[in-house]
Parts: sequence; structure tokens; C-alpha cells
Amino acid sequence: MHYMQVPSQVEYERATSVQHALSLLSRPDTRVVAGGHSLIPMMKLRLAQPEMLVDINGLAELAYIRLAGDQLCIGALARHADLLDSALAGELFPIFHDAERVVADPIVRLWGTVGGSLCQADPSEDLSAVFAAARATAVIRGQNGDRVVPVREFHRGPYETVIGPGELLAEVRVPVQPGTGSAYEKVARRTGDWSVAAAGAVLRLSGGLDGPKKPAIASAGLGLTAVGAAHFVAAEAEEFLTGRAADEDSFAAAGAIAAEHCHPVADQRGPQDYKRHLVAELTTRALRRAATRASRARAGRQSRPGRPS
Amino acid sequence: MTMRVAVTVNGTEYARDVEPRLLLIHFLRDELGLTGSHWGCDTSNCGACVVWLDARPVKSCTVLAAMADGRSVRTVEGLEQDGRLDPVQEGFIECHGLQCGFCTPGMMMTARWLLDHSPDPDEAEIREVISGQICRCTGYENIVRSVRWAAKHSRREGAEEAG
Repeated sequence: MHYMQVPSQVEYERATSVQHALSLLSRPDTRVVAGGHSLIPMMKLRLAQPEMLVDINGLAELAYIRLAGDQLCIGALARHADLLDSALAGELFPIFHDAERVVADPIVRLWGTVGGSLCQADPSEDLSAVFAAARATAVIRGQNGDRVVPVREFHRGPYETVIGPGELLAEVRVPVQPGTGSAYEKVARRTGDWSVAAAGAVLRLSGGLDGPKKPAIASAGLGLTAVGAAHFVAAEAEEFLTGRAADEDSFAAAGAIAAEHCHPVADQRGPQDYKRHLVAELTTRALRRAATRASRARAGRQSRPGRPS
Repeated sequence: MTMRVAVTVNGTEYARDVEPRLLLIHFLRDELGLTGSHWGCDTSNCGACVVWLDARPVKSCTVLAAMADGRSVRTVEGLEQDGRLDPVQEGFIECHGLQCGFCTPGMMMTARWLLDHSPDPDEAEIREVISGQICRCTGYENIVRSVRWAAKHSRREGAEEAG
């Protein structure tokens, strides 16, 4: 007796090159499969019923994490575990390590990909808010070349992105700027679960290295997960922070603004007021930690005068 | 609509004509008769179905058999080598690492992988790596002890061989 969940009938093709993948993806109702840890469960539930799957796991040319100029470039096929293990990514953006430690579980992280997370466009998925906070860009490859879209314009809505037929997310680029600190704070019901709410902060500080004056916030990126923030961004709080002192008062006020402007829904993970409370608190904590890290990075940079700033 | 899928499982190549939608766990259990891997939650939450795909653990209810075509799979049946149990298996016996046994194959495959990469893991490391796998009998205490036992046992065995 079997009551197994099986996907609908589907065709399967294995891409042998990016070009091959692009030509397969130009067929209608085709989906990319890499880790498959979101798509295959959705197919079992008939929430997704593609005609054909294009397996890109063999495209090693899309699996990398490297620095190119002043951008951290993450190939779409980099696994969550790769990002968590990347010393380069962790040094430049501790927010990636904060987030990857709480994405699903270690076994899922061995297979799930960075690109798959963004393309799945799940409102509760952690990396969307992280990349939005970092003002990353998405490199979308098509038959006629690449187009580059800000991650803040990448998602059209839940489970929808700007990627069209015959296109493939190839890379995510994160601008690297000196004086930056970042952090991600998440509350989940249990280990490995989706966020009840989470907040990511990327702060760039200026001034205040010598003398009594506090450092100021040169720019702030704030991402929110699972709470209905448009494009995963707390835009009003970012605007509030720009130019202000990097101190507790600013962080607490920004948390309150973020909580006011997001749109959480009541569900099995909690009522709206609880989620707003979490947004305020987690935003404040993420800002605090990002600022501490930024200060540490700037102090390190200052003590190494040979390094360009 | 079927396709030919050839997978090397525990060192033996098997080829079957299957539907592309067939999940790896059902390929292993129903097509190959390797029922050591357990089919649990079907949602990649419980980890009873963990096997290795190309030397990395994966929840096989969330992988298509087609995706394993041309690759190698290791299941709990492949832990025993030349008639000798893997130290992880011995550890589960010695430390009572199972009661009902449903989660055991997945726990042991993950434990073997952990020990291959981190031969002397502490309790926190063990608990972290199995955090996506559910046991409803042991409260995890004895699973952790079993893996620690395997780590110690493997080291002793290695020392003997070196001497």
C-alpha cells in the first residue's frame, strides 16, 4: 500500500553547457532544477507542474565564489554550504555566514543553491533579504547575452521573478565597499525552519575614527524576510538611517520604522503584532552587530596603512 | 514515458527504465530492492531517506532518480565492508543509538560523512550535522554517544593499523 507523493509526469533533460540550458529553457513550462529542495516538494504538491526540468547540476562553470574588482561574485550554482564555507565571503560580508547558518539544515545546504534560493522567490527565503540589504545585482544570461538587474527589482512577487523564457540566473554580484559591516538576525520556531521573521543589515560608516565624535552612517541596507516587505527591503528605515549617528537611538528608531512599514500576515508562525515586534527587535540587533563589525573592519584597515582605502 | 537511468549503488551498477518523475528513494527501495533507506516524511524534513549521492549526503525523497543517472550512490547497505560493520554501525549497537530504527539509516549515513570530514567531532558538531534529521525515540542523546563512540573506535583502529 503506497500513499507516496509523486510529482506529475515531467520530462527531464540534463544541460551540458549554459548555451544548452538556455536553448532548453526557451521551451514553454520549463523549470531549472539544481538542488531541487524547494521545487520538487512543490511538484509533489502540484503547486508546480512544469512540462520539463532542466538539470543544471553539471554546469560547474556556474559554481564559484570569487572577488572580481570591487564585487564579490557568486555563481548561481554555488551551494549554500559553499557560501557558508567561503572565508572570502565571510570576511567581506559576515551577513552571509549569519544567514547560511540558519538556512534549512546542513544536509539541505549541501545541495540547495544560492541561485535557486533567489529564483524560488519564496517570501520566507533568507538570501533574498540578504542580497537586497547588500544591494546586490543579478546577472541574467539569455541567448543574446547578459542583463544585470538589481536584486531589489528581481522579484515580481511571491514565487515570481523577472527571469523570462530562455533565461537563466548566472551570477549574483555584491558591491564591496570599505568601512562596511553586516549581520543577519532570524527567529524561527525550531532549528532549520523558515523564518518567523528575520532582518539583515549592511552598514557603511564614515568618520568618528579619531576623537570623540561618533561614526555616522554613510549608507544603510536593510532586508526583511517573511514579513511582506516590498522587495524584501525596509526602505523607510534605510532612508531614516542615512547620515545619522551609528548609535543605539538610531538603531532602535530604525527598528520601529521597519516594523511599522512591513506587512506581515498572521499564520501558524504567529500573529501580526508578534511579527512586527520581531521586526523591530531583529532590525535593531542586526544594525547593532553590523555597526560593531564595521567598526572592527575600519580599525583593522586603519592599522594597516599600506592597504588602499 | 520512461528513460534509462544507470546508477552505481554501493559499487554495483544498476540500470532501469523509469519515469523521470521517480524519486531516488523509490528507485532504491522499489526498483532495486534496497529497503535499508527509509521513506519518511516525503518533504525533506525528517532525513530518514538520507543516502550519499556522489559522496555527499542527500535527502533522497527530494532528488529524482534521473538526477542520479551516471552518478554513484551509497546507502546504509554499503556501510559494511568485507563483512565488517562500519564503526558507526558498531557505535549504534554499543550505545543503544536506536529504538524503533526508522531514522537510523539516515543518521548513520550522515554520521559516516561527518567522521570522514571531521574525525573527532564534539557534541555540538554532531548535533548540528544531524539537525535536519528527526528521531522520536532517543532524544538524540544516544545517537550523539554512538557517533562519539565511532569516532573513538576509528581512531583506535587507525592507531593499531599504524602500529
